[in-house]
Formats: sequence, C-alpha cells, structure tokens
Amino acid sequence: MTDYFNEMYQGGKVREPYARLQGWMQSMPAELRHMKQAEAEALFRRIGITFAVYGEGGDPDRLIPFDMFPRVFSGAEWARLERGIKQRARALNAFLVDVYGRGEIVRAGRIPARLVYLNDAYEKAVVGFVPSKGVYSHIVGIDLVRTGPEDFFVLEDNCRTPSGVSYMLENREIMMRMFPDLFRENRIEPVDSYPEILRRTLASVAPQKCDREPTVVILTPGHYNSAYYEHSFLADMMGVELVEGQDLFVEGEFVFMRTTEGPRRVDVIYRRIDDDFIDPLCFRPDSMLGVPGLMDVYRSGGVSICSAPGAGVADDKAVYTYVPEMIRFYLGEEPILKNVPTWQCGKADDLKYVLAHLADLVVKEVHGSGGYGMLVGPKATAEQVEAFRARIIADPDNYIAQPTLALSTTPTFVEEGVAPRHVDLRPYCLVGERVELVPGGLTRVALTEGSLVVNSSQGGGVKDTWVLAE
Amino acid sequence: MLLSVDHVTRYFYDQPVRAVVQSHRLRPSQFDGQKLIRWDVTVSDGQKGGGFRDGAGDWVQGWTVQGPVAEILVQVSGQVETTDLAGVLRGHKESVPPHCYLRGTHPTTADAALAALGEGLTPDSDALATAHAISARISDAIAYRPGATEAHTTAAEALALGEGVCQDHAHALIAVARSLGLPARYVSGYLLAGDDGSPHEASHAWAEVHVRGLGWVGFDPANRCCPDERYIRIGSGLDAQNAALIRGIARGRGEESLEVSVTVQARQISSQTQQ
Repeated sequence: MTDYFNEMYQGGKVREPYARLQGWMQSMPAELRHMKQAEAEALFRRIGITFAVYGEGGDPDRLIPFDMFPRVFSGAEWARLERGIKQRARALNAFLVDVYGRGEIVRAGRIPARLVYLNDAYEKAVVGFVPSKGVYSHIVGIDLVRTGPEDFFVLEDNCRTPSGVSYMLENREIMMRMFPDLFRENRIEPVDSYPEILRRTLASVAPQKCDREPTVVILTPGHYNSAYYEHSFLADMMGVELVEGQDLFVEGEFVFMRTTEGPRRVDVIYRRIDDDFIDPLCFRPDSMLGVPGLMDVYRSGGVSICSAPGAGVADDKAVYTYVPEMIRFYLGEEPILKNVPTWQCGKADDLKYVLAHLADLVVKEVHGSGGYGMLVGPKATAEQVEAFRARIIADPDNYIAQPTLALSTTPTFVEEGVAPRHVDLRPYCLVGERVELVPGGLTRVALTEGSLVVNSSQGGGVKDTWVLAE
Repeated sequence: MLLSVDHVTRYFYDQPVRAVVQSHRLRPSQFDGQKLIRWDVTVSDGQKGGGFRDGAGDWVQGWTVQGPVAEILVQVSGQVETTDLAGVLRGHKESVPPHCYLRGTHPTTADAALAALGEGLTPDSDALATAHAISARISDAIAYRPGATEAHTTAAEALALGEGVCQDHAHALIAVARSLGLPARYVSGYLLAGDDGSPHEASHAWAEVHVRGLGWVGFDPANRCCPDERYIRIGSGLDAQNAALIRGIARGRGEESLEVSVTVQARQISSQTQQ
C-alpha cells in the first residue's frame, strides 16, 4: 500500500493552508451539500462551459464534474512553484530561440540533433526568424503532480495552445457566488486578472511594423472545436475579436480582418489552430481553416502569431527529458521543479534497469498518446508484463519508462461525504515582455476511489485552486 | 557565362476571382557561382507584400491581387553571371541545419527498390563518391521521357516505371541519399538549353546532397552532371512542392488554368576572362 501525501491532513492534524476549511466542511450536512452541488451544476450549465479539456475528445456537451472542495496552496508553497514555473517557461523559450537560430545546445552536445531537427514539430520554415521579443511560447501550461510537502514533478509542458484556463476562471467565479463567506474568511489571491494580463502579454509582442496600439484577435478553428467555448470566453474577457480564418485576409504587407466598418489591420493573432493549418501556402495546402499568405506576412514582420509557429518542438515527449538540461544551459540555474525520472530504453543501461523492474514501472511508447501502447506495471498481470517485455526488447528505441508516481490527494466531496482523491495541477504562465503567473491554475481530480487518472474522459473532475496571501 | 532569363506564367480563371495571394521564390540564390546583373519580377495588378530571406537562404516575396480578376501575369526577367563551381554551393548563406533534410516526405520516401540503389555504397567513408554513385545509378535506372510521369508521381513510382523527368530524378536521388543518412534536398532553377540533343529543360530541377567538409553539392541525374555555369539556382526544399517557385491560392469559384514559358539564353560577355 503506497502512502499518498494528503494535502489537508498530516499525522492527524490539519495542515495550515486548509485550517479554515475544516469548519466549513463540517458545517455542511449532506442535504445542504447536495443542494449546493446541484446549484453549481446549474450555474455551469447556464454559462455553457461544457467542453472537454486538453483536446481529449468525448461528448462536447458533457459537463465536467465540478468538485466544490477547493485545493489550497500556502503563499510560501506557491512562491516556490512560481519560481519553478517561470524558470521553466524562460528556459523553454530560450531553447526555441536557440534551435531556430544557432542551435548552440545541439552543437554543445547537450541534446541530440536528431531529436530536435527531425522532430515533426520542428518547422524549417521559421529557421532564422526571431519572433517579437524573442518569445515563441506565450502561454506555457505546465502539468504538475505532487508527491510530498516539497516534492513537485512536471509531467509535461504545453507550449502550443494549452486549454483549460477558462475552468480556472469559472471555477473561481462559481465558488465566490456560492460561498462568499469563504472568501471573507480566507485571504485568497485573485485570479481574475488573467484575461487582462493575457491581453497585455499579447499586445507586448506586437510586430516590428506595428506603430500604434496593437489590434489583437483570437483565431479559432470554429464552433465545432471542443475548446470553442474557451476561445469565445477569452475573447469576451479580453475585449478582443474572435475570428475564423475566413474573417482574415492578407493584402500587401499586412493581415486584415473584415468588419462591418471595413477592413481593419490585425497586429497580433492568438491562434488556437495547429501549425499545419494556419497557412495553406506554407503548410498543409488542403487546409481551409487558416489564412493564405499569413506566414509571409509573419516572417516579414507584419503580424505576430502566438504561440509562434514551431513552438511545439519544445513540448515533445522525448524533448521533455532534456528540459532540466535546458535550464542549466540557458539560465545557468539548477531546476527548481523536477522532471519525472525517465529511462530511455534505447540506452543500454536504462534498458537493463527497466527490464529488471518492469512490474513497478509505467512504460510508454515515445510517440504514443491517449494511454495506448502503455504498460502500468503495478496494475498489469504477469502475462501482460511478459508480453510487453518482448515488445520492448524488439524495439527498445520506441519506449521510455517512468516510476508510478504517488499523486497527492485532497479532500473531495463524494457520495458518502468527504474522501481523499488524487489531483494534478496546470498553471498557465504568460510570457511576453515580462514573465507572469496568476496565482492559481486548473486542478483536475480523479473522482473514482484509488484512481490516478485525472482525465475528464475517465471520470476526472475539476476544482477551484487557491493560493493564500502571505 | 552571362545568362538571361525570361519566365512568364499566365493564370486564367474561367470566372473572375475575388482575390489572389501568392508566395514567390523567384530570385536567384546568392552564392559564389552566381552574380545578379539585373532581375525583375512583376505581377499584373499585384500589390507587393512582405519580402524576406528565409533560413534556407531563399528570397521569399508575398504578392496579393485584389479582384475581380480573370487573368494574372507573373513575369520574371533578368540576367545572371554564372561561374562553374562543379556543383559546390560555395558562399551561400543559410541557417537551416543539414539534419532537417533527412526528413522524409511522401514523394521522397525510399521503398525497397530505391533503398537497393544505395547498396554497397559507403557514405561514412566517402560521402562525395557516394553521392556521385547515387546520381549515376539514378541516371541509369530512370530514363528521361517527358510525359511519362506527372506532378504527383513519387520517386518509387518513377523508378518502377523506369522513366521520368527532372523532378523524378531529383526525388529519387533525394530518397536514396536520405536512406543512406545523407541530407539531401530538391533545387528549383533554370538551365540553358543545349544544342547537343541532351535532355534539357529551361525550367529545371536537380538535387543537392550535403557532404561534410564541403557543404551542399548539386547533382543533376537528368543530365548526368553536376550543375555548372549553365545552371541558375533559385530555391530549395524537401521535395518539389516544398521548393515550388510560385505558390498561390485564389478566392472565388473560378477554375484556374495556366501557361508557362521559360527561355534561357547565353549572352556574350564582352570582357575576356581568359588570359
């Protein structure tokens, strides 16, 4: 039986950040709780936030369960997390500028050339181009798990267009409406400045040729996209236009948007469309979602695109292993947040270790996703382990292995009352002229007892995430 | 050699279209083998967009045409003084790492037959000799025959057919080189048509292979040689589509058709360079 870190209780005592929640929890009999839960659900339905997080697919009209029990960090805990997250966001951006420039980290032999230059997400078309302010990834979503009071691990980085921030904002909004007293009793750092900081961040990377107050837009693939709600929500909150590819066109050196008052020049595009689809003249010629000629305008300094095309090479599963190395190489600092130790089966020593400890490890295909081609050692039968052993031996390069992490738990409302459930965290770091982080993020919770899977497609829910003022 | 080029592309739309956006790669590369004397690109009723030199060293220029328009004329006219560097792309400024050109694309994927063309070659001990050998083997395996293939034919298909044009030769060479771990790319350009009956096309394509210590070296399996003073290099890419000189898209319902004419002529250089 693994000993999981419970974020509220330690040795029978309530940890300080959760001190004021003890009484609140006890003051809610089952009846009131059910009523409140129904109220929360009605609120979510009314605002229409029903999309799947992280492009997991599934029913777009399904409501993701909201758990009212907040997840809490002390100011000191957050201060350290914040330093670690910002450090990582800076290093990832430095890496991107480097690999599309001189490639010093590759020349120095700190990361294999093949891993970078043969990566599908590496865009030859932007080599030599430096985006405004040297920023490639303007919104860095870093997925974290906790295993102890001081132990946080990064599961993955998301440098392209991480979604879910609308949940962070809506969860807070709903908690404040339902439990105003809680927000008087606790000194909780606000998160509602996120849209304004995002707008400021985007405006700060306006292109060279922009000589006035920049016009920012959000480019969405359209209402069929699972995150469309978030696109329109953010546009609304920032007070900027939400556009589709057909609303934009290139003329001469610039990009314009069609408006009822005629064409209006656009300076910064926060795109929620993948690289492949943003310009049929540069990338996939069959794409109907993008804007023909956009990449020529971009590369000649007429418009900024956020995240910058090509940013995806920094958040690849194989490149992930090298992020601590990036932090040392570019910043000359030791990583504040740890990576999950990863064994690369393509390396002889690693392979030996993995084969000897298969029953304890999680083994993944390097380019697999969505839980396919994966072995969870502790949950697998002896036959499954042996079958997987054969696959690894046949093609070791294709596999990596990681320890099964003991994800922390926080109290969660369940049918029978309150019980510990496993959680993760995705904060959203904003990078423009400055690197900024709103104190909070999206906490996902595995609602099924014992489950370590927080994905909404497999019974995961969301929580409000608090950071207490010092 | 002083070469003059006239390259005209005429686009017709059966119904006027609302707008056209093009991305051009239509300026000769800057390297020791080419000196630009004069070079003009015009687009009828076109508005010039942003221009820039990309990481591969190519000059990219955007153009837009506001409609309604039923016909567009893209005219390229200029003179280049060329020097024979035996195919070596000396003095070319570019920043795309050669590793990028190991990446396969659909038309340049090596099947078993293409991979077999690389058998017995030792790129690690002598990359240059290997590249020459690949080029010679492609010349033998794919006969030059215009009309035998079309724009979307893959290297594997052309080899199976045993016939093709310069695009197929270049794709095949690239496929074999990459399968041996040698970075290789597609080059678009112009070629002075000869009077010796050899298979020349004024609008031409060949391949470049990256040789450690020497850099990029051109090979033209269609003409069994390395690019010399008869060649004008324009742009490069992973394959023909990636190295296209003109990419464009029209907004509107009109069906597009086009006519292309390219002439390359040698001009007398007045001052004698020989002693």
